[in-house]
Amino acid sequence: MYRIIPPKIAQKIMNSIFWASGILTILILVVVIGYVLFKGLPFVSLEFLFSDPIDSGRAGGIFPMIMSSIYVTLIALLLAAPLGVGAAVFLAEYAGENRTVKLIRFGAETLSSIPSIVFGLFGLAFFVVYLGLGWSVLSGGLTLALMALPTVLAASEVSVESINKSYSEGSLALGATKWQTIYKVVIPAAIPGITTGIILGMARAIAEAAAVMYTVGAALLIPTSLMDPARPLPLHLYLLATEGISMDNAWATAAVLVILILIITVSTNTLVDRYRKKMMGR
Amino acid sequence: MSRWTEEYFIEKGLLLTAISSIIIIGLIIIFIFKEGIPAIQSYGFFNFVFGMNWSPSEGQYGVFPMIIGSLGITLLSLLMAVPLGLLCAIFLAEVAPARMRKVLNPTLQTLAGIPSVVYGFFGLILLVPFMRAQFGGTGFSMFTASVILTVMILPIIVSVSEDALRSIPHEYKEASLALGATHWQTIKNVIFPAAIPGVITSVILGMGRAVGETLAIIMVAGNVVQIPGSIFDPVRALTSNIAIEMGYATGIHYNALFATGIVLIFMIIVLLIIANYLHYKKKVTIGGGYL
Repeated sequence: MYRIIPPKIAQKIMNSIFWASGILTILILVVVIGYVLFKGLPFVSLEFLFSDPIDSGRAGGIFPMIMSSIYVTLIALLLAAPLGVGAAVFLAEYAGENRTVKLIRFGAETLSSIPSIVFGLFGLAFFVVYLGLGWSVLSGGLTLALMALPTVLAASEVSVESINKSYSEGSLALGATKWQTIYKVVIPAAIPGITTGIILGMARAIAEAAAVMYTVGAALLIPTSLMDPARPLPLHLYLLATEGISMDNAWATAAVLVILILIITVSTNTLVDRYRKKMMGR
Repeated sequence: MSRWTEEYFIEKGLLLTAISSIIIIGLIIIFIFKEGIPAIQSYGFFNFVFGMNWSPSEGQYGVFPMIIGSLGITLLSLLMAVPLGLLCAIFLAEVAPARMRKVLNPTLQTLAGIPSVVYGFFGLILLVPFMRAQFGGTGFSMFTASVILTVMILPIIVSVSEDALRSIPHEYKEASLALGATHWQTIKNVIFPAAIPGVITSVILGMGRAVGETLAIIMVAGNVVQIPGSIFDPVRALTSNIAIEMGYATGIHYNALFATGIVLIFMIIVLLIIANYLHYKKKVTIGGGYL
């Protein structure tokens, strides 16, 4: 090809193809988000957000589903955040490159690529049946914690690793122990990255439906205890759409989910931007 | 407690958090196999994996059509997502001005973060009727599912490939340009070939995501257990099989669905081993996932 087409013209052709592919990607997002908001936003009101569903979601609102999503996500983060950050600190600060570390990395990678429905199966077999937690907020939240863990771990590890070594060397030189250095110097410096990791884990938990399908039940009421069944937003959307209950309410629920994801994306980007500016300012 | 013991216990505690991923993986494998093996034993490994007929009411548990379904949907979506993704990655790494990157990066993050049920619903309402009008049939098909999946795996392919393209030493590019090659010739003959391991890794990660996707596929693929005659036929993926039937499965049927999960785990592990073999170290986190 390039022997027939002069290089300079090939360059121009390829440049327009690159631009076209970039613009196409943006267009895909604009169409998906635009259409969901266009169809859904007219049905989203304060009343929709804060009232109970009527007739399994044919009418009424999504308040119990919002609360369910908040509860399962909180449980997921309460477990995934300490485990993920702890593991990240260990990998970045304590571990060298030995066999255990390789195994831990392989474990985290495998965990991040296991299909969500397999997490659902595991949650059903382990939390719901074996531990006897039943279809509950707790079972669903714990299942989501396992999914969010590798996300938190990866982002935190990158962040802890990127902290300038002179910080910790300064602290160690002053006589602080390794843990004092990590606790008082490294972690505070890495906080923006760790926060980003936790928010990303949260995004994964909020968006997930397949993993909670058979662990959290599908109750339409606000859960009042950890052992109550619930119905997070994505699961509600799935049931509304596949059982043909109400397309209007399904669009509205989809719009709420898309807005949540937009808020998360914007806030992580702002956080990272601010952090980058701060680091460059020094 | 002395300083030394405190340090010691903290280090061991952190080690414990670190090995939690391995413990979790171990538990997942133990429990999925524990529930799945009885079905494979009673129905026979060969009959299970290569059986053409899945009808639990008649005691038939062959998953072969669904293996083909999962692979078909995955390969078809890769056919679309890989070219677009690579062009996009080259665009981001080499061509795009800073302002364009500032728009495209958050775009990809958002695409990665949108819940899969939202994609599925979007496909169900918009894409399925469109496919029905264009290509006939019901509109629920392998092709429809792969179009939705293309959008879902695009962010992974772009971000990992872009990372790979960026990590190529500057000297390579400068040497090529200094010899009089155009930018495109440099990309094609120098930068891209050097980034191949990372690019393949991105494709494998995209494949993993595609094989594992569940609800979006259920909503648009038609879920008929058959080996598709054309890409416009409905198919059922392995993941969909579990999600559709787990609600009412009992006895050996319940075990057979866990056995379907074993097949999925096996597929993912093969992909991971290939990815590890490539030794491309990836450190990209975007959207809802760890890539």
